[in-house]
Amino acid sequence: MTDPVTDPVTGPEAAPVTGAPASLDVSGLAFAYPDGHQALFGVDFSVARGERVALLGPNGAGKTTLVLHLNGILTGGTGTVTVAGLPVDKRNMAEIRRRVGIVFQDPDDQLFMPTVREDVAFGPAAAGVKGAELEARVDRALALVGMAEFKDRPPHHLSFGQRRRVAVATVLAMEPEILVLDEPSSNLDPASRRELADILRSLDVTVLMVTHDLPYALELCPRALILSDGVIAADGPTAELLSDDALMRAHRLELPFGFDPRSVATGG
Amino acid sequence: MGAGHAHRLYRHGHSPVHGLPPHTKLAAAFAFVVVVVSTPREAMWAFGVYALLLAAVAYAARVPPGFLLKRLLIEVPFVAFAVLMPFVAEGERVDVLGLSLSVNGLWGAWNVLAKGTLGVAASVILASTTELRELLLGLQRLKLPPLLVQIASFMIRYGDVIADEMRRMRIARESRGFEARGVRHWGVLAKSAGALFIRSYERGERVHLAMVSRGYAGSMPVIDEVTADRAQWSYALALPCAALVVCLLGWTL
Amino acid sequence: MHVPDGFINAPTSAVTGVVAAGAIAVSLRGARRELGGTSRASEAERGGERTAPLAGLVAAFIFAVQMLNFPVAAGTSGHLLGGALAAILVGPYTGVLCVSVVLLMQGILFADGGLTALGVNITDMAIVTTVVAYALFRGLVKLLPRSRRSVTVASFVAALVSVPAAALAFTVLYWIGGTTDVAIGKVATAMIGVHVLIGIGEAVITALTVGAVIAVRPDLVYGARGLRQRLKLRVNGELVDAPGASGPQPAPVAARSHRKVWITGLVASLVLAGFVSFYASANPDGLEKVAADKGIDEKAEDHAAADSPLADYGVKDISDARISGGLAGVIGVGVTVVAGSAVFWAVRRRRSDDASPASTETTV
Repeated sequence: MTDPVTDPVTGPEAAPVTGAPASLDVSGLAFAYPDGHQALFGVDFSVARGERVALLGPNGAGKTTLVLHLNGILTGGTGTVTVAGLPVDKRNMAEIRRRVGIVFQDPDDQLFMPTVREDVAFGPAAAGVKGAELEARVDRALALVGMAEFKDRPPHHLSFGQRRRVAVATVLAMEPEILVLDEPSSNLDPASRRELADILRSLDVTVLMVTHDLPYALELCPRALILSDGVIAADGPTAELLSDDALMRAHRLELPFGFDPRSVATGG
Repeated sequence: MGAGHAHRLYRHGHSPVHGLPPHTKLAAAFAFVVVVVSTPREAMWAFGVYALLLAAVAYAARVPPGFLLKRLLIEVPFVAFAVLMPFVAEGERVDVLGLSLSVNGLWGAWNVLAKGTLGVAASVILASTTELRELLLGLQRLKLPPLLVQIASFMIRYGDVIADEMRRMRIARESRGFEARGVRHWGVLAKSAGALFIRSYERGERVHLAMVSRGYAGSMPVIDEVTADRAQWSYALALPCAALVVCLLGWTL
Repeated sequence: MHVPDGFINAPTSAVTGVVAAGAIAVSLRGARRELGGTSRASEAERGGERTAPLAGLVAAFIFAVQMLNFPVAAGTSGHLLGGALAAILVGPYTGVLCVSVVLLMQGILFADGGLTALGVNITDMAIVTTVVAYALFRGLVKLLPRSRRSVTVASFVAALVSVPAAALAFTVLYWIGGTTDVAIGKVATAMIGVHVLIGIGEAVITALTVGAVIAVRPDLVYGARGLRQRLKLRVNGELVDAPGASGPQPAPVAARSHRKVWITGLVASLVLAGFVSFYASANPDGLEKVAADKGIDEKAEDHAAADSPLADYGVKDISDARISGGLAGVIGVGVTVVAGSAVFWAVRRRRSDDASPASTETTV
């Protein structure tokens, strides 16, 4: 993780750390739900170590389905997923789940324990971390998201933005290889949104961010993928994709009124 | 219900009763009720002593009598039943104020009322001095199957979330001019219940995903444990032990 | 029907406690299979257990839905008990667990139902209700044509019978260990009479709710898993069978019309056996018996689906022999259905375990 991720305009070609296996490699992934609805039709992409990549796409494009394949929660389709060289299959499941940290969209789903501390401790404790080391991990993760003083509060007494930050901490406590965020900015007020962006930028970890929030993607991720109708329709520097009007229209992606990616792109 | 408001039944406080480890309190309350139920109904004085014992605990726990009495109302349906027992039970009858009452029924009514009331009062004191989370830890410590404790803890964690969803659905219905007035509106309400089930189940699946994503493999990692020393145990068990003495006296006297 | 402390004597409470504990232990195992069956994978391979979060959320749902009021008329309203609904939606084992957990928490937190009476309460409200409802439901689903409507009909009958069945179980417990000597016939009459009426409300709501779920997410209705279609995957325009997913095909049309006749007969006989014999044998009796009925009405009131019809019903008394006749009718039909389908079900369940990949975890 020595990659200079601090440079926001680093392109996909420049980012990979040579020698290290890609953090994430997905090839030929197809999947249908038991009710017959097919969500993925052959997805291929790769994320190098230290990259921050946005996964964009309209509603129903299969984004969430794809995310659930990354740590082997959904399997049974065709194609392969590897995380830092380790294929996602039954044998490696425990290790894969430690390496891939998913922050789900609804923090209420993620925070299922009675107190913040127990929730953050859940992942490392399940992996066998105990005692002082466990406490240290919890403190470290909470400090990273600025929630240290809320340690003993029940999650439902926190604001939505705070719950989202604790949700990020629950995953960081597991010291993952790659952080996968599902709609991290949804339902956040502008201040919470900015605070979360600052936190994400400060982390030294590979990030895959699934979002509809195009300015947020541009702000945080140098590279973007567009998932549309269950396949990767485009892959390139975020600013370029967002500036391609025809591409954007074809995949039902719209920038907020008055937002011009060309004017902010170089500023990151 | 619910952890959301640190459960309505719980009264925050720092009394000696609040401070006892939850599993000792659970064990004490349960043992007390068992003793009460095993007491012969003819030993009327014994039930008076039990009531005094509970009153002493309530006083130590600083549970106000008004609060306790209000919570006893949950028993009302059974009181009504008990009142009718003397009229309907079998056996020899006695005339009281011109009414023919069954002696056996009178005893039965007394029995149900006395034991039921003491049982409810014991539960109320337990619930008002123990936080939900503590109760769960206590149940876990008392070797309830871990899976059962987990189910109970999820039920409590998400009880509020689901009740909230139900409330939002009702507001959505009412905002569109629907008000359930009778049997013909059951279809709509049942659809809401169905939708609520789907949402609950799907949330359960998402919670499971979130758990599995963090390495859950069927058992909860032990993060907190409650322990009690000998003094705390003897303090908590003072109540059922005192009751047991009364009970034995009730049988022998 | 939440029984308080002191209502049933100590030995009977203890025995029902043991019964309840045993049933819960069995259900804990069974629920694992129902909620995403990873039981055959070795411990190390298990990707995780769905039981705790799913059963927990379903218990929270049952708890919440018991607060949902269904207005009847003139300001009265009823609510769902949920045993039958839980059994049909998530399976009998999970149903037993969820209702038991709800009862446990009600007992400890709300003092609703005595601590020593937990065994009694779990036995009749969690176990009897769920098991009777599910057995009847499966039996009917087997016999009825494969359609959503049959699932609704089966839910109706299952819920209808499950409530008086619980009342009957309570009556038996009261007969064995009741602390007051009330004639058992009176208890039975009032309990079962009232609960047949409650059962009707329960049945309508359960059937409508199951219908609502099956219309949207048929895969979530545990009791109707056999009705699902085979899964296909399309990769680059080609259709491929999804690995591990195979469901029984719908029954051929020819088989259906026969079944329909069969079923109509069965349902009719069940309803007749229960109801008609009840009404036919009703004859008014003294004031004393009104009191008996009222007494138990009152007791059951916290769950009564309808107050006004109860009043009508309460003035009638039924001779013990007739009651047992009527009941024997319902139970007889039920038992036959259960026995008849037991073998079929046992064989079938093994298959449907493999055939129902949960929408997520597929570590089977």
